[in-house]
Amino acid sequence: MVKLRGTGLSAVNYPTGMNLGGDPSQALIHATTSGSFVVSLSATDLGQGLRTVIGQIAAEALGVGMDDVVIDTADTDTGPHDMGTFASRATHRVGNAVIAAAQEAREALLDVAEDELEAARSDLEFDGQGNILVRGAPDRSMKIADIAAAAQFKYGRTIAGRGVYMKPRSPVDPETGAMDPDSTEAHACTVAEVAVDTDTGEVTVLSIRSAYEVGRQINPALVKGQIVGGAWMGMSHALYETTQPYYPDPAYSPKDFSEYLMPGAYEMPKIECVVLEYPSSNGPYGVKGVGEMTANSPIPAIVNAIYHATGVRIDELPVTPELILRGLDARARAARLAETSTTPDS
Amino acid sequence: MGSKIVTFVLGGREVEVMVKPMTTLQAVLRYQLGYTAVKEGCRQGGCGSCTVLVEGEPVLACLLPAEDVAGQQVTTLESITPVDGLDPLQQAFLDASGFQCGYCTPGMIMVSKALLEHNPRPTREEILDALAGNICRCTGYEPIVAAVEGAAQAGAAPGAQRR
Amino acid sequence: MSPAMNVVGRSVPRSDGIGHVTGRTQFTTDRSFPGLLHLKIVRSPLHHARILGVDLSEAERVPGFVRALTHADVPHNVYTILGLIGVEPEEEFVLAEDRVRYKGEPIVAIVAESEDAALEAVARVKLDLEELPAVFEVEEALRPGAPIVTHWGNNTFMYEGHPCRRVRFGDVEAAFARADHIVEGVYNTKPIEQAPTETTACIAVPEANGRYTVYTNTQAVYFSLDNTAIILQVPGNKLHFVGGTVGGGFGGKVDVIVEPLATLAAMKTSRPVRYAFSRSEEMQVSSTRSAWRIYMKDGVMADGRIIARKVTSYADSGAYSRQTPYALTKHAANAAGPYAIPNVSIDAYCVYTNRQPSSAMRGFGITMASFAIEVQMDKIAEVVGLDPWSIHFINAYRDGDMKPHRKLVEDATLIETMQAAAGLVGHELPARFRAMTSARRPEGGV
Repeated sequence: MVKLRGTGLSAVNYPTGMNLGGDPSQALIHATTSGSFVVSLSATDLGQGLRTVIGQIAAEALGVGMDDVVIDTADTDTGPHDMGTFASRATHRVGNAVIAAAQEAREALLDVAEDELEAARSDLEFDGQGNILVRGAPDRSMKIADIAAAAQFKYGRTIAGRGVYMKPRSPVDPETGAMDPDSTEAHACTVAEVAVDTDTGEVTVLSIRSAYEVGRQINPALVKGQIVGGAWMGMSHALYETTQPYYPDPAYSPKDFSEYLMPGAYEMPKIECVVLEYPSSNGPYGVKGVGEMTANSPIPAIVNAIYHATGVRIDELPVTPELILRGLDARARAARLAETSTTPDS
Repeated sequence: MGSKIVTFVLGGREVEVMVKPMTTLQAVLRYQLGYTAVKEGCRQGGCGSCTVLVEGEPVLACLLPAEDVAGQQVTTLESITPVDGLDPLQQAFLDASGFQCGYCTPGMIMVSKALLEHNPRPTREEILDALAGNICRCTGYEPIVAAVEGAAQAGAAPGAQRR
Repeated sequence: MSPAMNVVGRSVPRSDGIGHVTGRTQFTTDRSFPGLLHLKIVRSPLHHARILGVDLSEAERVPGFVRALTHADVPHNVYTILGLIGVEPEEEFVLAEDRVRYKGEPIVAIVAESEDAALEAVARVKLDLEELPAVFEVEEALRPGAPIVTHWGNNTFMYEGHPCRRVRFGDVEAAFARADHIVEGVYNTKPIEQAPTETTACIAVPEANGRYTVYTNTQAVYFSLDNTAIILQVPGNKLHFVGGTVGGGFGGKVDVIVEPLATLAAMKTSRPVRYAFSRSEEMQVSSTRSAWRIYMKDGVMADGRIIARKVTSYADSGAYSRQTPYALTKHAANAAGPYAIPNVSIDAYCVYTNRQPSSAMRGFGITMASFAIEVQMDKIAEVVGLDPWSIHFINAYRDGDMKPHRKLVEDATLIETMQAAAGLVGHELPARFRAMTSARRPEGGV
């Protein structure tokens, strides 16, 4: 048994937001009389942590702590319209809508704070901890909770804000394909290292190491979660997964997880990453979408690594042991042929 | 064939349920008793999301006829969650971000619970072995392995705490 | 904007974490309702067939059978999910009428008191089908004489009069003629299932006020609500969708398959109705990631510059296009990759076959383009005699470059990202690549 090792490189870009735009998201924010802010949305959390990330954006934009933000999402009786969670759009679109709504809510707070603190608006500032301060007068400050209560019970005013974000829909020129498909682009570069068993055709992925540029990380732990989970899915796509293993023959289609191949915890390689931040011009705090792309760059990096290990080019997915063994056989045959053709006639 | 009464101990409490033959423990726990931490990712034994402990051993509740647990101790994720706070293993999953969508998490925690009860200081290989029947589609497994390692280091199993 | 951030940029704990580790997070089918009915589907056992008859008589005698729904019960039975963003024509049948176009296509919905009763009744529905020739291969589907899957006479989605989404930029053929090397590849990929650990599901509940609450794990509550309202021909205000907690999506929960039928069944029975995919339905019937065939031809100069790229891509959409027309446009916008290529021609076809429909999945339209492009880059490096890193740096796009779809590059950071990756793996880059940036090229620079 020989284990051949090789390294492969890939680099990718990935667009943020629904292709061609036209995918609005709204947010509504209102303050309760206890000073917490309800952020009403219709985006869904698929596990990527949308509620957490949007909570962070809302807290940042409102100038309050995370505990004072309640995310109420995906109930169409209370949440305003949202296009949905797909196309690496949710943090970008919803985040922008939340910032717009928070700005309006802050203005409403400042209206009341001016009266309550008897200070000029230009002297008021948020401390980010749930208070509004009068600049240069540390003893004159008010809790946002008290301002919200005063708004309701003393002044009869609402503390609320509306926000929407939409990249206008771009038409496509059907002749040239001229179009504006994206809001911004994130980037990744992956280096994969594999070992290929020449007897069985089995590929062991030894490491997947990547650099990602994602604009701004709202929550670095969640970004890393996407990168590690995406590396797994990319590896799974590269080497294992399909519903039709003999495509285009539709037969032998797996029915369940016992038949549908995926790597498990045992197969996972070392996954390392570095994350760069070059804020985008139009994302909330410079965000770019990172959800989908993390599965993309590992695939060609692994396939290229297999080539550099074995000399076998495989242009199809998934790369099965059978494809590798057939490729190795073909190379061996070609080498023998080359040898015989250079042997002088006897 | 008629239904019959099956009695077992669920989280320390005796329960009595009327079940038709071949009703799975999963269906009884979820739909008769409301223990919905027992998930149903495949109902064919392929994903591990329905894992519960029967007499301390991890079992796929989707494959087990409920009659088979008569007189036995059944433990679900609900049963190991303290009234206040979290089990150290649950805390370790939180600390290591050992989940994303959360659907496989109950099963992952239950197999890890069984592992640490039997083997408070598992090697990495032993952890991978324990998790081998459980599918996660989000995390890439590494954070889950890290959670179990973290729990073992923190002494999540009762045996380890006594040390 | 203030540079100092309070919570943005911090790894704060997930707000749903405690729910997830205690199992208290409530997923769609964790809800229970008194009187809940179960909906199961009678599906086509054949890939392509004419429906001559459907006999429900035995199914109706199954204890626990409540009712069956056929296409005649669906007010707007032919729809297209992207109709909401103006995509035409309407093409997919909520329940099949006179023809089935893929194995697993829904024909009848059975509603019963228990899941077992529903499955028993499904098994007792008798279908009289006449098998028709089927096509499973994208290029065969485009040949004259191929079985036609659609109702408009050919097997491609039409983009404003073209059978494919096209991009035309520069003069590809002239550039090929002057290139030092031509590098070609044909890249084939197979269908892939999103396979979220929680299957697609909903429960539709009639409310006392005449409305219907639909608990769903859709990725897009309004998209599902609006399509349901169209299919059922009810005002949107009759519907109340509740979701947001999804046990994995990966694109598999963007289609609108379960909600319209469950809601219709709730309307017809005045009972709560659950429609949840089994794992095998998720695998064998629900949308997959498309299979792709991508022909890629690059003209390359001896110094490694790619001066022309021609791409012809076929996505196997299966019997209905669902979100795939969108994917081909996204694919066409990105098939040149993050590189500055002055001559590009792209034809991207959404092809119908008698296969389970494909639709959205993570990286939609781009994942397989990236696979083809990056294997192609590795081949180019070998042909030119440079290492793969060099080929990537030489061709990397910069701010201000023109993409083939005629949008100027902005927010480019490919070069910086590759520099960071080289640093991570300890690869020593030559000085000229270390000094490179994604900043706009000087006027007249290359």
